[in-house]
Amino acid sequence: MEASEAKSKRAGGSRLCCICNKRRPVLKRPKTLQQICRECFYEVFEEEIHQVIVQNRLFKSGERVAIGASGGKDSTVLAYVLSELNRRHNYGLDLFLLSIDEGITGYRDDSLETVKRNEVQYGLPLQIVSYKDLYGWTMDDIVKMIGLKNNCTFCGVFRRQVSKHSLFTQTFIIPIIFCFMISSLIDFLKALDRGATLLKVDKLVTGHNADDIAETVLLNILRGDIARLSRCTSITTGEDGPIPRCKPFKYTYEKEIVMYAYFKKLDYFSTECIYSPNAYRGFAREFIKDLERLRPRAILDIIKSGEDFRIATTTKMPEQGTCERCGYISSQKWCKACVLLEGLNRGLPKMGIGRPRGSVNGDNKHTKAGSTAKSIESKQCGSLDF
Amino acid sequence: MQLTLEFGGGLELLCDSIKIHKVNINFPNESDILTVKDLLSWVRTNLIKERPEMFMKGDTVRPGVLVLVNDCDWELSGQLDTTLEDKDVVVFISTLHGG
Repeated sequence: MEASEAKSKRAGGSRLCCICNKRRPVLKRPKTLQQICRECFYEVFEEEIHQVIVQNRLFKSGERVAIGASGGKDSTVLAYVLSELNRRHNYGLDLFLLSIDEGITGYRDDSLETVKRNEVQYGLPLQIVSYKDLYGWTMDDIVKMIGLKNNCTFCGVFRRQVSKHSLFTQTFIIPIIFCFMISSLIDFLKALDRGATLLKVDKLVTGHNADDIAETVLLNILRGDIARLSRCTSITTGEDGPIPRCKPFKYTYEKEIVMYAYFKKLDYFSTECIYSPNAYRGFAREFIKDLERLRPRAILDIIKSGEDFRIATTTKMPEQGTCERCGYISSQKWCKACVLLEGLNRGLPKMGIGRPRGSVNGDNKHTKAGSTAKSIESKQCGSLDF
Repeated sequence: MQLTLEFGGGLELLCDSIKIHKVNINFPNESDILTVKDLLSWVRTNLIKERPEMFMKGDTVRPGVLVLVNDCDWELSGQLDTTLEDKDVVVFISTLHGG
């Protein structure tokens, strides 16, 4: 029709797609600044993910792979694409959706509904594991106890801890929250780990995208968390544990994930997590987004910097031992989840949050000003809390 | 000028949870063209009922909000300078949430 052609001309300029030179472009790729049409976009998007999977040897044929599914944009696109690539390239994987119910009213109920729809839409079976079952506490219970601060710490640690054996579980399922919570992903992952063990899973896949990882690199730099910094760019983590996790979207821009979902009309759920408006991660996120606007390549470059970081040999790294209470991997006597749970169960919800100020009974005489600066410097790396 | 505006990715929460808005916008004073920039300030004034900082930062959308004009990335048509015509569809999608 003439009118729509005229509109197209105006919208895309009179240029054609850089790749096929036939159709009008609909997207400017942040990664390459190329202007491409819808069909070429699908091809390039899917092919690049396939290459990441192949080059990093993420899977082996016959593996049972759980896709962390939160109903959010990343996990929905991941489920769709992985399912498609599994068919197209014969990965031979046994895929299914794995979801965590943290017990956050309103937020989680709706997103679980979305995952249930995904189960039908993609033909992938769904399993749900809940915090209540795993820990005896839902996030709503926790928030009632601790108020509205530091919720993210709890959610994050509990997610990580789902796996008694894995170190850095990163869940697929990314809650659709405004808090950009990778730590909640990690919490989610922990729950996933435990769930995964029960369900005999060989591998967990999460939808962490390039933006998430760049953000994590920055966050770890800002916090001086050298231990995490050296691990956060690994595409596969937890290989020494029972359930390795991987992130096929590591080099995929969030913008492209959203555009892919939009054009393909994939069903996902987006809402703001009521408990996280001021998570520290938000500041790193804001910064990354501003950077992307000026120089989109920055996101991949930050990841590259993160990958190429080497820790000075003179730096003291935290030692990995095991938690005395639960046996989970920990660099302290008790792992963080046990500390937090103990705090909750004893009605001392501030236990394990922030820096220690004398004993639990509140003897603060020794931590007055003057000793603060010294105490920050002498802190073991990786143990600063916000 | 009649336009259809769509809000996604959580932005609808800022406009009374309505995803699709059919609106009628006048040309700005002394002008016979309407740009996305003009549209944005109109939207901020007339449609955004709470937390405008989630939608806009300065004169433009908050970084992390994608804009599509007739299903086409606004980066291709000049971003804020994109001119709008009658019956255009403008989609705003926020990427700033978990996935």
